[in-house]
Amino acid sequence: MSELIVENVSFAYGKENIIEDIRLELHNHELVSLLGASGGGKTTLFHVISGLSKPQKGRVLLDGEDITGQPGHVSYMLQKDLLLPYRTIEDNVALPMEIRGMKKKEARKKAGEFFEEFGLEGTQKKYPRQLSGGMRQRAALLRTYMFSKNVALLDEPFSALDTLTKHDMHEWYLKVMDKIRMSTLFITHDIEEAILLSDRIYLLTGKPGRITEEIVIREPKPRRDDFHLTKEFLEYKKEILEKL
Amino acid sequence: MTKKLQNITSKIWSLAAVAAILIVWQAASTAGAVPEFMLPAPADVVRAFVEDFPALAANARVTLMEAFAGLSLGVAIGFVMAVLMDRFRHLYQAFYPLIVLTQTIPTVAIAPLLVLWFGYEMMPKVILIVIVTFFPITVSLLEGFRSADQDTIQLLRSMGASQLQIFRHVKFPGALNRFFSSLRIAVSYAVVGAVISEWLGGFEGLGVYMTRVKQAFAFDKMFAVIFLISAISLILMWLVDLIQKWCMPWEKTEE
Repeated sequence: MSELIVENVSFAYGKENIIEDIRLELHNHELVSLLGASGGGKTTLFHVISGLSKPQKGRVLLDGEDITGQPGHVSYMLQKDLLLPYRTIEDNVALPMEIRGMKKKEARKKAGEFFEEFGLEGTQKKYPRQLSGGMRQRAALLRTYMFSKNVALLDEPFSALDTLTKHDMHEWYLKVMDKIRMSTLFITHDIEEAILLSDRIYLLTGKPGRITEEIVIREPKPRRDDFHLTKEFLEYKKEILEKL
Repeated sequence: MTKKLQNITSKIWSLAAVAAILIVWQAASTAGAVPEFMLPAPADVVRAFVEDFPALAANARVTLMEAFAGLSLGVAIGFVMAVLMDRFRHLYQAFYPLIVLTQTIPTVAIAPLLVLWFGYEMMPKVILIVIVTFFPITVSLLEGFRSADQDTIQLLRSMGASQLQIFRHVKFPGALNRFFSSLRIAVSYAVVGAVISEWLGGFEGLGVYMTRVKQAFAFDKMFAVIFLISAISLILMWLVDLIQKWCMPWEKTEE
């Protein structure tokens, strides 16, 4: 139920500008991808939005409130699942609520309500290493969701998975998102993934990175199973390749 | 299942080796190849152990108390130092070389000094044990804290976690494995440290008892004490293993 606005954000490490004058909007329930080459400043932008880094210029607004440089408002998920090996899945998922000061028992109970929806039933008492890579990413996504239901930043969450698992994860992800409708900003360098999942795509290019294009994917959601095989899909792909 | 079987067979081999050594030793003594006053037969050692058991037990109790007190203090001090040095970089830079320096001092050299300063009671022994045990604990914990995954720390920071929460949820549990490895070392250091400091001045304890039987040339009793000290160290290390398994249930789960 939230809207994120990034206003003219610039960030530099020392004298090197990484991103410059970034403007983007994420509306309620939207899934927006940030597409660009590796090392183009996508992760830097996420650090700024999540509050881990403070930009030299610009602001980050969540529902009109300035959250620039303040962690704890929007949730963040990385390519690695980063589940703590010494916590069971339910305790891993409950961690963000515990950090916010909730009692462990209560946090567990609250997290438990979502296991089925995320296709994680039966994994509550298991440890991360007992789960497959795909299942661990699901758990990590549920943890992200428990952290903040407003806005999620996903930094290449599926890029470490093999192609087949990735395909399953995309289907699963679209299904879950259809239900929980979390506003999501999604980093990827995989053009097909971006078209498949997003409502809109921002292209981040150049050095320092700027947003050069915005592409709207008009295919309605939930998407057809064979969307990735259609002519429209190829058209989008062609358009993006030309603009990158 | 096969893993369990492998475990048993590997133990069989080590047990067989020990048995073989004992048999050869006993045979050599019985045949008169080694004079008895130099190397008593295993059977004599066992007899000495049984006959002397009350005295051994009473002295072992004192030694164990010293070892336990010294080890607890050593672990506590090691923990506090590791936390502080992890948290404050300047403390690390200032004190780490000093801590390494304490480990270059030979135990045997410092023990008599401690006796001179603190007398013949428990105090100098505990201090010596603290000196030898805090070091592995400090180093292993510090390494554990510092090797915590930076991405995980970033993730927790993005959740708005405080330094204390990051310590509690990431750094501390991540250092447990290393901590227990060093605790196993510290436990044997503690027992040996207690015995050495008793040699150099004291009224009771296995070290004192050892000096006494040595002066009486009672080699069978001497060996009985040596084996008892080894046994105590082994049992304590095994206890550490048990505690570790109990503290880290996630380690024993199947893939």
